[in-house]
Amino acid sequence: MSFLAVRDLRVAFGGPDDRNMAVDGVSFSIAEGEAYGLVGESGCGKSTILRAISGLNAAWHGDIVLEGTALDARRTLAQYRRTQMVFQDPYASLHPRHTVDAILSEPLAIHGLDDAHGRVDRALDQVGLGREFRFRYPHQLSGGQRQRIAIARAMILEPRLVLLDEPTSALGVSIQSEVLNVLTDLRRANGLTYLLVSHDLGVVAHMCERVGVMRQGRLVLETDAAAIRAGAVTDPYTRRFIDASAGYDRAMALRWDALEEEGAG
Amino acid sequence: MEPILEVRDLHVRFATPRGEVHAVRGVGFGVGREKVGIVGESGSGKSMTGRAILRITPRGCRTSAARIALGAENLLAASERRMREIRGRRVSMILQDPRFSLNPVMRVGDQVAESYLVHHRASKREARERALDMFSQVRIREPRRVYDLYPHEVSGGMGQRIMIAMMLIPEPAILIADEPTSALDVTVRTQVLAILDDLVTRRGLGLLFISHDLNLVSTFCDRVLVMYAGRIVEECLAADLENARHPYTRGLLESMPRLDAPRERLPVLKRDPAWLE
Repeated sequence: MSFLAVRDLRVAFGGPDDRNMAVDGVSFSIAEGEAYGLVGESGCGKSTILRAISGLNAAWHGDIVLEGTALDARRTLAQYRRTQMVFQDPYASLHPRHTVDAILSEPLAIHGLDDAHGRVDRALDQVGLGREFRFRYPHQLSGGQRQRIAIARAMILEPRLVLLDEPTSALGVSIQSEVLNVLTDLRRANGLTYLLVSHDLGVVAHMCERVGVMRQGRLVLETDAAAIRAGAVTDPYTRRFIDASAGYDRAMALRWDALEEEGAG
Repeated sequence: MEPILEVRDLHVRFATPRGEVHAVRGVGFGVGREKVGIVGESGSGKSMTGRAILRITPRGCRTSAARIALGAENLLAASERRMREIRGRRVSMILQDPRFSLNPVMRVGDQVAESYLVHHRASKREARERALDMFSQVRIREPRRVYDLYPHEVSGGMGQRIMIAMMLIPEPAILIADEPTSALDVTVRTQVLAILDDLVTRRGLGLLFISHDLNLVSTFCDRVLVMYAGRIVEECLAADLENARHPYTRGLLESMPRLDAPRERLPVLKRDPAWLE
């Protein structure tokens, strides 16, 4: 049995006249302890899937089954605790007037967990920040440190499934590697299951065993990271995405233009 | 190569409540009819370098240099009035996100035509024809339809094509592009870069391409300058970036996740205070 099963997930925005199917019948499943990556370009619906699974958006159709239990739009406190999310922009996801201590203690209070002091200290240790960070404000932290706090806030509730929405795209490459290492270590230490969303194929292939490629609300391809590395992908859209991610190639651009001319003519 | 743009010993300093920040520390380079990339992380001074050339640094910045010259003209001695002529006409700039660079309440075609009219004596009709022609050159398929759109009606990739059209219509000698494709999807990015690439080659203009993306710069540009903490720490041919020697460049290259070399953990860049000497 899969740890997380998503079946025929549909999310629509807009009214009857301008309905936009942001997610249009997506199905995939993730085994326990696995890391699954969703890649795609902006607007393909990848983040919308995370918001439906996390419970942030209740207006979805289809099935989301976590550890054998079908999730409703309304969740129990225990269900919320098992699924935690890390957001893209650590400048926007932390309350600017709360100290690190307040940010990390709030979920503990909501879920009625004891030993807040000890848990906050351990959460800071886990993400490689010392206890001296405890009474700082977000503006006193660098981007990488803020994202570590956002990760600590997700991990402090001891979730089983962690949803990562572009966790490093607001960071430079040298900071990105530090944050990705923290996530790799935490997954291994705690046997976590990850669902990672990114537009960066390199990040997804590095972090995940399996990869789903999305386009315009649909999953166009499911494959494993090894197949992407080996270039053993034939789906034309995915192929183009992989080639473009490798860098600039004038011949490639000309080839696409020629294809588009054909398509237009 | 004969440089069109020459910068020597450029410094930019600005005052903050916590004291003076020395953002650019003695940078020097030349740009000929080629694509020169400036690559570095946020805060390395790469954008400030681009802005200092055009004298559009934020209020409170102090710029000094031994030389900033465009051909034979010394830009350090240029009056503010002369700089207004130079901006756009001789040196143009493309910024990251077209949504913030275009006027939201003006049709995109009129904005491009205006960019021509500012620098040329011409009728409105002629400017319109020029703008339409420029739209074709940046491979906008239906120039007449796009001309009448407002910025919110165009996609990011289309917006950046419009920006390129607007910046190139006065036929500048140098184009400074500051992260021109960072807001675009990778497949759109390739096509926008191909347009820039062709225009640079065909018109023989010099491109200063500012980016945080080493991979992109090494595949798109001819030469690369790597900036760290306000200095150029490495300068090489783009094709040789793989073999960069400075530990900072090496560290950046190694900390990137790579499709061809999977690793359990990524090497972390260790910054050496000696790099600041």
